[in-house]
Amino acid sequence: MTHQGEVLLAVNGLQTYFHTDDGVVKSVDGVTFHIKKGETLAVVGESGSGKSVTSLSIMRLIPMPPGKIEGGEILFTGKDGVQKNLVTLPEAEMRRIRGNDISMIFQEPMTSLNPVYTVGDQIGEAVMLHQGKSKREALEVATEMLRLVGIPAPEKRVHEYPHQMSGGMRQRVMIAMALSCNPALLIADEPTTALDVTIQAQILDLMRKLQQEIGMSILFITHNLGVVAEMADRVVVMYGGRVVEEGDVVEIFKAPRHPYTMGLLNSIPRAGDAAHVPGQPKQRLEAIPGNVPNPLQLPPGCPFEPRCKFAIEACSEAVPPLFDTGGGHVSRCIRWQEFEQAQHEVNA
Amino acid sequence: MTRTVITTDPGDVSVAAQTPAVAAAPQTAETLLEVNNLQKYFPIRGGLFSRVVGNVKAVNDVSFKLGRGEVVGLVGESGSGKTTAGRAILRLIEPTGGQVIFNGTDITRLSKAQMRDYRREMQIIFQDPFASLNPRMTVADIIGEAMQIHNLHPGKERLERIAELLSKVGLRPEHMRRYPHEFSGGQRQRIGIARALAVNPSFIVADEPVSALDVSIQAQVVNLLQDLQEELGLTVLFIAHDLAVVEYICDRIIVMYLGRVMEIAPSRELNTNPKHPYTEALLSAAPVPDPTVKRQRIILEGDIPSPINPPSGCVFRTRCRYAIDDCAKVVPELREVGPGHFKACIRDDIL
Ligand SMILES: Nc1ncnc2c1ncn2[C@@H]1O[C@H](COP(=O)(O)OP(=O)(O)OP(=O)(O)O)[C@@H](O)[C@H]1O
Ligand SMILES: Nc1ncnc2c1ncn2[C@@H]1O[C@H](COP(=O)(O)OP(=O)(O)O)[C@@H](O)[C@H]1O
Ligand code: SF4
Ligand code: SF4
Ligand SMILES: [Mg+2]
Ligand SMILES: [Mg+2]
Repeated sequence: MTHQGEVLLAVNGLQTYFHTDDGVVKSVDGVTFHIKKGETLAVVGESGSGKSVTSLSIMRLIPMPPGKIEGGEILFTGKDGVQKNLVTLPEAEMRRIRGNDISMIFQEPMTSLNPVYTVGDQIGEAVMLHQGKSKREALEVATEMLRLVGIPAPEKRVHEYPHQMSGGMRQRVMIAMALSCNPALLIADEPTTALDVTIQAQILDLMRKLQQEIGMSILFITHNLGVVAEMADRVVVMYGGRVVEEGDVVEIFKAPRHPYTMGLLNSIPRAGDAAHVPGQPKQRLEAIPGNVPNPLQLPPGCPFEPRCKFAIEACSEAVPPLFDTGGGHVSRCIRWQEFEQAQHEVNA
Repeated sequence: MTRTVITTDPGDVSVAAQTPAVAAAPQTAETLLEVNNLQKYFPIRGGLFSRVVGNVKAVNDVSFKLGRGEVVGLVGESGSGKTTAGRAILRLIEPTGGQVIFNGTDITRLSKAQMRDYRREMQIIFQDPFASLNPRMTVADIIGEAMQIHNLHPGKERLERIAELLSKVGLRPEHMRRYPHEFSGGQRQRIGIARALAVNPSFIVADEPVSALDVSIQAQVVNLLQDLQEELGLTVLFIAHDLAVVEYICDRIIVMYLGRVMEIAPSRELNTNPKHPYTEALLSAAPVPDPTVKRQRIILEGDIPSPINPPSGCVFRTRCRYAIDDCAKVVPELREVGPGHFKACIRDDIL
């Protein structure tokens, strides 16, 4: 790592497996990436590609059994400035990190909000635990946090229960809770997937504002490429439990070096430019053929080979390594140089 | 404490004064479906005697027409009444008021027995590919069920028809002996499509058929629906959140908000030249998949209001950045503001 001082979190060769009745699911198999201070890293990939297992591994919230972190390290530098390996950290120390140094927000707010406590009590609890504040002070912090995330009449809302709020408001409460202790890292696992575009726009706007104020790093998990383009500085693309491409957000969108990333970009409908004109044949989306791979039956070679239109014989021989394509851009495809060549020719 | 019970019984709701039906005309000559002043209220019961204490006005005075072979999108935020409208049109739930004229017949007046033939003509594809298939039935049973009800393709012919349908939706005939849990989300949605097509319908309500799917799979299913629509000349009401998806597949788009139609226009026109402030905001809210584009977006404040007590006048006025005092006074009528372009907004000095 060249910018040692700036790196907040470094995940190296992480392997998280689930031992199920049907066999071993290698949900995360040798995942490596890092996040710098103040940066937003997006992790994209189809459902089942290992995004959530990666984030739960960082939080050490993998259900054990059947899950287990089998290998690799997760190096994190907390507020105390000391670098720790979260894989081997004792649970007591891990508890101090969760909610204090690293917070997480989930896709479905009700999974992390407790229906029997008021939102004020829930936000306040973390504040009392990690900041040693009194109950009254904690309630004040909770009220301030609700105001910060744009909940109207926070003095009143702080005494309400989660079910009294709409989906968008609950998501705000969860963000308020996650940010109440000024974490260095916020992990957001599909925080807007269940929301309407109008509410999504509110939440993304809020997250950007708060990031500027608090200066935290964000690990943003999503499968929505529009959201990635809007939020990310860098992007990690996962497929079948592995990183298949990583790079700067503009590079990933403008010069992808992996066929899966290219396929994803081609398959998104883009508002406006393809709208159907009466009397003309309708345009079509370019779909990636086939299905998401079965994690128990991954092919021996490149995991994308069964769906890849560029596949050649060599692709099924061994899992391709991560190739450094320059400028911090990596690709797990043996043909990446040809894509680079082709893109140059198109641009020339 | 008063317990509030929401039932699906239409109950004794008072039907509000209706505005005249608007002939938001389809682009093809022949009209297949005409929806006039459609209304669906869900009564809220409470108190000691379970009296009706209010109504969820899920669909309130919705009118539009679909031409034969037309694909029309129905978009709007969660809770805007899209699913309710789709189901009321098919009489899967009973409309509280209004007409649904299918092929010249007002089907809201038909008896259950008379509805049977129309049920074959009008099918639905559900949003959730995981919840909409009975886990204890094989694919053959699921697809064959409606054929059975309508006495179509009896005997050996039925299995042939099921095999043919499976191939049509991109699955294999041998899949018919399997159960839903053996399939991925995209494959289940294909089964749902085959089920809807099993009885040769002419009209399909597709209720968010791709919303629950991954991007790459979403594109496959959108393309499949497009192929089938063209091949079979289907008329489709395509319900979605996502304007970008709808544009690919639809000829025209209807935008709903809080139970009412805000705007109707041809797809490209709606996208490039929205005339209603709500459509403008919806388009602006969608994130653009291009990191080099940084645009100023319109952020709508707050949430969609409760459909129990919708705002007076224009239902969008509590979130509209162009609202003026007059917006609270009357419900704006859906007016034609360009060829085939309708909006329910009183202001013509904006957009
Ligand atoms: N059976 C019911 N009883 C009472 N209210 C209902 C019932 N079904 C729907 N509603 C209400 O009617 C309104 C419209 O719901 P509907 O499901 O049609 O919305 P939608 O536009 O399809 O939303 P989504 O995008 O979330 O699917 C909502 O306020 C909903 O809560
Ligand atoms: N508790 C569990 N038990 C067994 N398998 C699991 C468990 N949690 C996740 N998996 C498997 O791990 C893989 C990756 O899952 P996940 O990280 O949740 O995917 P996503 O990228 O959609 O977030 C999937 O194959 C999933 O089925
Ligand atoms: S290694 Fe081969 S199969 Fe895999 S993505 Fe590259 S070209 Fe396709
Ligand atoms: S009628 Fe008024 S409130 Fe409604 S959309 Fe038009 S300007 Fe906005
Ligand atoms: Mg996940
Ligand atoms: Mg719905």
